[in-house]
Amino acid sequence: MSEKGLKELKSEVKNLNFYYGDVHALKNISLPIERRKVTALIGPSGCGKTTFLRCVNRMHDLYSHNRYEGEIILYPEGINIISSSIDPIEIRMQISMVFQKPNPFPKSIYENVAYGLRVRGIKKSQILAEKVEKSLRGAALWDEVKDRLNNSAFDLSGGQQQRLCIARALATNPRILLFDEPTSALDPTATSKIEELIIQLKDEVTIIIVTHNMQQAARVSDYTAFMYLGEIVEHDKTDKIFTAPSNKLTEEYITGRFG
Amino acid sequence: MSTVFERELEDLKGKVLKLGSMVEKAISDSIKSLVERNSKLAADVIDKDPQVNAIDVEIDEECIRLIALRQPCAGDLRLITTAMKITTDLERIGDLSVDICERALELNEEPPLKPYIDIPRMAEIAQGMVRNALDAFVKRDSALARDVLTRDDMVDNLNLQVFNELLFFMIQDPRTVSRAVKITYISKYIERIADHATNVAEMVVYLVEGKMIRHMAVPGAN
Repeated sequence: MSEKGLKELKSEVKNLNFYYGDVHALKNISLPIERRKVTALIGPSGCGKTTFLRCVNRMHDLYSHNRYEGEIILYPEGINIISSSIDPIEIRMQISMVFQKPNPFPKSIYENVAYGLRVRGIKKSQILAEKVEKSLRGAALWDEVKDRLNNSAFDLSGGQQQRLCIARALATNPRILLFDEPTSALDPTATSKIEELIIQLKDEVTIIIVTHNMQQAARVSDYTAFMYLGEIVEHDKTDKIFTAPSNKLTEEYITGRFG
Repeated sequence: MSTVFERELEDLKGKVLKLGSMVEKAISDSIKSLVERNSKLAADVIDKDPQVNAIDVEIDEECIRLIALRQPCAGDLRLITTAMKITTDLERIGDLSVDICERALELNEEPPLKPYIDIPRMAEIAQGMVRNALDAFVKRDSALARDVLTRDDMVDNLNLQVFNELLFFMIQDPRTVSRAVKITYISKYIERIADHATNVAEMVVYLVEGKMIRHMAVPGAN
């Protein structure tokens, strides 16, 4: 437990190490994840941001030579997300991921959002319809798609598809939402909508976002962690990181002098 | 090899320094025009003030341009915001030097009241504060900036001393009132110059350490 109270923390990463076979990709990562706040991960390509994000919902389990060490504690239960005794499917229900490129299923708009609910065994059409609407509203997409829910998800624009993916992630009431460069394939207008959405969503859910866009980290996040060569170099409030970082390496990275 | 942005920041620093050296000269010339009763020098300082104003505007515009186009953060952001703020203070120091010259022109028309002793001392301290605050800005030396802050009280005390002395003159002989009031003004102008130098030094501490120390008690000062 850090000095922060349990109530303020959604998760806490303690001495996390991760290996792709022999490659030691994450080194002794320790990071508090505050509840209902946005934590941004920044750092040059290959520093381990995405690797870290994928640890949080056990995506690395898909390959047998990957190995975790340490703890990612999920509060309030205090369970260790990466413990082998915890079912990764259950974790992914509670910790959803939105990827760099919009990746809707080749199904209708409605079915994209309902999919996770059906997997969870929800069959009643009224409950499904209510949850689909709530999720689409939560992702600020409802007004744009309510009259064409049965159209293919691929009819939507890139920005709309990404919001659909967010709605799909929201449908299962996740406790943590992971965003892996969610706007790098979008234009400025769509980007700004997603950013507004991220800020709204934090009333309900804890968010971790990986971004290559410094200004995006500055705009949407409450906390920023700067990663380099698999380690966390500095973690602090975002305004502190962007006005007066403590570490010289952080300063050089965010001012564009290396990386 | 430096980037375009780094060169732009160097140019910005250069402009702030140029403004600083202009107002430093304005302070010393204004006091010289008073002490040596040199009205031509006073008129020169007044004539040069539009140049000071022009650089002030130029620096502001450059800072706004850099913020808009470069989206600076961390040390770069602090440098640009510091430049904007200290430029305002430097420009005000220029204005106060003009005020000193205007009073000097008036005083030079009348017989001297007494030799100036404390006023040049005050001006020397205030000018040293401006110079050191700018040195601290260039060298990113927050210790030097903090040292500047400790000197403001000396100027305040001298200002009070000058006022008390002039009050005595005025009580003794009402014919001195007009001249004594003008000298009191000059003393106050110098005291304001030291205040602006203090602001500059405080911004330099922010630039270097990322800490706002304005409106806080300064260790070593009363």
